[in-house]
Amino acid sequence: MIKLKINGQERTWDGDPDLSLLWFLRDEVGLTGTKFGCGQALCGACTVIVDKEAVRACITSVSDVADRQVTTIEGLHPTGDHPVQKAWRQINVPQCGFCQAGQIMQAAALLMDNPKPSHAQIREALSGNICRCGCYQRIENAVHLASTGV
Amino acid sequence: MNIITNPKKLRGFEKACRVENVSRRSVLKGLGIAGSFVLAAPILSRPAFAAYETGAGKMPHGTVVDPRVFVAIAPDGIVTIIAHRAEMGTGVRTSLPLIVAEEMDADWSRVRVQQAPGDEVRYGNQDTDGSRSTRHYLMPMRQIGASARTMLESAAAKRWGVPATEVKAANHEVVHDATGRKLGFGDLAADAAKEPVPSIEGLKLKDPKNFRYLGKGEVSIVDLHDITTGKAGYGADVRLPGMKYAVIARPPVTGGTLVSFDPADALKVSGVEKVTQVKGWPWPSKFQPLGGVAVIARNTGAAIKGRDALKIVWDDGANAKYDSVAYRAELEEAARKPGLVVRKEGDVDAALKTADKVIVGEYYLPHLAHVSMEPPVAVADVKGDKAEIWAPVQSPGGTREDVAKTLGIPEGNVTVHVTLLGGGFGRKSKCDYVLEAALLSKELAAPVKVQWTREDDVHHDFLHTVSVERIEAGLDKNGKVIAWRHRSVAPSIASTFAANTVHQAPFELGMGLIDMPFEIANIQCENPEAAAHTRIGWFRSVSNIPRAFAVQSMVGELAHATNRDQKEMLLELIGSPRIVNLSSVKDPWNYGEPYSSYPIDTARLRRVVELVAEKGEWGRSLPKGHGLGIAAHRSFVSYIATIVEVAIDDKGKLTVPRVDTAIDCGTYVNPERIQSQIEGAAIMGLSLAKYGEITFKDGKVQQKNFDDFPVLRIDESPSVTNVHIVPPGPDTPPSGVGEPGVPPFAPALVNAIFAATGKRIRALPIGKQLET
Repeated sequence: MIKLKINGQERTWDGDPDLSLLWFLRDEVGLTGTKFGCGQALCGACTVIVDKEAVRACITSVSDVADRQVTTIEGLHPTGDHPVQKAWRQINVPQCGFCQAGQIMQAAALLMDNPKPSHAQIREALSGNICRCGCYQRIENAVHLASTGV
Repeated sequence: MNIITNPKKLRGFEKACRVENVSRRSVLKGLGIAGSFVLAAPILSRPAFAAYETGAGKMPHGTVVDPRVFVAIAPDGIVTIIAHRAEMGTGVRTSLPLIVAEEMDADWSRVRVQQAPGDEVRYGNQDTDGSRSTRHYLMPMRQIGASARTMLESAAAKRWGVPATEVKAANHEVVHDATGRKLGFGDLAADAAKEPVPSIEGLKLKDPKNFRYLGKGEVSIVDLHDITTGKAGYGADVRLPGMKYAVIARPPVTGGTLVSFDPADALKVSGVEKVTQVKGWPWPSKFQPLGGVAVIARNTGAAIKGRDALKIVWDDGANAKYDSVAYRAELEEAARKPGLVVRKEGDVDAALKTADKVIVGEYYLPHLAHVSMEPPVAVADVKGDKAEIWAPVQSPGGTREDVAKTLGIPEGNVTVHVTLLGGGFGRKSKCDYVLEAALLSKELAAPVKVQWTREDDVHHDFLHTVSVERIEAGLDKNGKVIAWRHRSVAPSIASTFAANTVHQAPFELGMGLIDMPFEIANIQCENPEAAAHTRIGWFRSVSNIPRAFAVQSMVGELAHATNRDQKEMLLELIGSPRIVNLSSVKDPWNYGEPYSSYPIDTARLRRVVELVAEKGEWGRSLPKGHGLGIAAHRSFVSYIATIVEVAIDDKGKLTVPRVDTAIDCGTYVNPERIQSQIEGAAIMGLSLAKYGEITFKDGKVQQKNFDDFPVLRIDESPSVTNVHIVPPGPDTPPSGVGEPGVPPFAPALVNAIFAATGKRIRALPIGKQLET
């Protein structure tokens, strides 16, 4: 039996311990904000925060996060008003929106680590998150806005 | 030879079962608003009267202009407006309802948008593709809004016993200026519903100068908050009680078939419940499933693990020798010989013979995969002769028809709920993944989600075609272009529907080949034969990608050959402001639009070139290693010009400091979303130019995921993309926005690379061609 905390709530799992955190979140817990985009840590759509670090849920097993704190997009802020989320809305970042939870989680993790990143640092930190619609210019500007006060 | 004039009409060809029983109850239930504006009235089938004619009426099921279908008003004043087109990132789910709200004089903060299920008899055509939504629905949506407003005004006038001419709607209420009386939309809803629907011809549309929302770009997309909080519902996010999770192993070669499989090891995987065969259709299989072996599990992770443990023997079939290197040579050989003539003006052979100089450019563009961030996915719940579908589909109506046909049940028994699409780009116009889910749900008698992995998506896409475009341009001794021969060789999308297709369809030839707008005395366009060996499909902007690449690269080549400025060369070739005469073309396809409303107007093409040159500071001085390139292209009846600035370091590393794009898309609804589409088009254009290539060996796709089919990432994206929108004339019909931004990007890029380095890129992707 694996125990972990997701968005502050205790969860248990007694199935395959190698099941990825992604499918555990989506199919077993029902937290579908975390997206499947590649399954190989190539696109970042499944980014969640484990303790204070951004990780790709698709290559993280449930057993890897036993007894740790997992934060998903649903748990980033109780009313959805994390500075990154607010900046995203102010700049009208999304097109289709599918990758955006991963982008937002990655950006939130960046700002925890580096509250005032340069544009170059933003680009580097988010280079693992693909947006096929091509919202990059706005993503970069939104992270910058979030870091300077929304 | 098989030629499909309009691929979307294919559904018409095969119509086995037509709508027999459209359930109006389900719609009322869906709206769920008591005392609402929606009545169980017969659908008003009337043509959309318009100041300009569009091709909307020729689409399957045309348009429906009926406020009772699209608008509901609750007693509390909340107005619900139906979005009947699919949302894949263009903002259409916001834009079309916003048009209705504008004409109704509704307050947008009191409007809710509800997604329509697939039902084209009720809503009109729902194929969200071809950059058509605003083009076809701006006027019908205005008429729907104006009809609803008129009915509200009539109800208020009756209530007050005053002539209808004395009252007017304003900001969600109807007012009687003379007495200062006011009634909210909610107070009037029940009475308004009893008013007759006014005739379209008599409707008074709002004066655009009084628009509150249209053309302003101040309204955010309706899903913005949900997207940023993880609540937005995509196809992948649908969960039903008792739902099973399935992944499918499909034949690795298109047209291959299953010989045998051993499920034993798969069934040992924790969480796997069943392994079963999925029916496949013979090649060419249209949108029908490829067939294969499905693994059913309690979650997707277990299903994928189970599939990895399957042992399967396939028969690779007729396409087992498809090889991209050999195929390219085949296309090039075909392009060097005469082919089917599809446009002929003057005498190209004679002019090329007498030309002072002939410049030849042969351009190669490989297959591309769509790789929308949400891979194909669908949920089906089939119970007896009824089916309920939840899926990200661009074609809700077509999906409904295909599900009914595949299951052998009446179309009226199929409900297709359209979720948000995590990207589409044309891939989700083909509903094979939905049909797989429907077949499995029927077999298992349970709700089933079929999830494609990224590898499935890359291996079994309906790929963008692969093409060789060869242009010969003859110059006289003054450097004027007197002859232009363009041969286009590419397997056609029509090959996915009809065996032995070797020529491109009119809708493909009409994307930048036969509609080439240059003012040249001798023009010949040819289409030599090419057979397909995989599924070919629509990819954002379709054949315009290779055509614009070839034509606009050739402009750059001609500028160099004659020592001219690229922009000046481009304007000289476009020539005088005029309407291009295509009378020499047998089937001059125009994106399904009449040329009367949407001619090829070179004045508009010139204008976007001049606008982008001005705003994009064409000719500005640049640091060493930088270069500017320009390209212009008309597609989806819009006019676009792009300037790209590149920087190339001494190792050949390419970066893009700045992009400027000018777009003339006629009358528009939401400039902020036009901007986002054009920004995205620059990313997709740079992505395909730098990296995009799907190759085949032994009939199989050689790439699998974003590691070997890379797409552009943020650290390589242009530093700035500026978008310049041409203000529309008062009566300019709306034209496409979603797709037209892509085609000019790659040629502007390679023209810029040439300016920076003197190296001419004629084959995409650029890959390592610039490395030193």
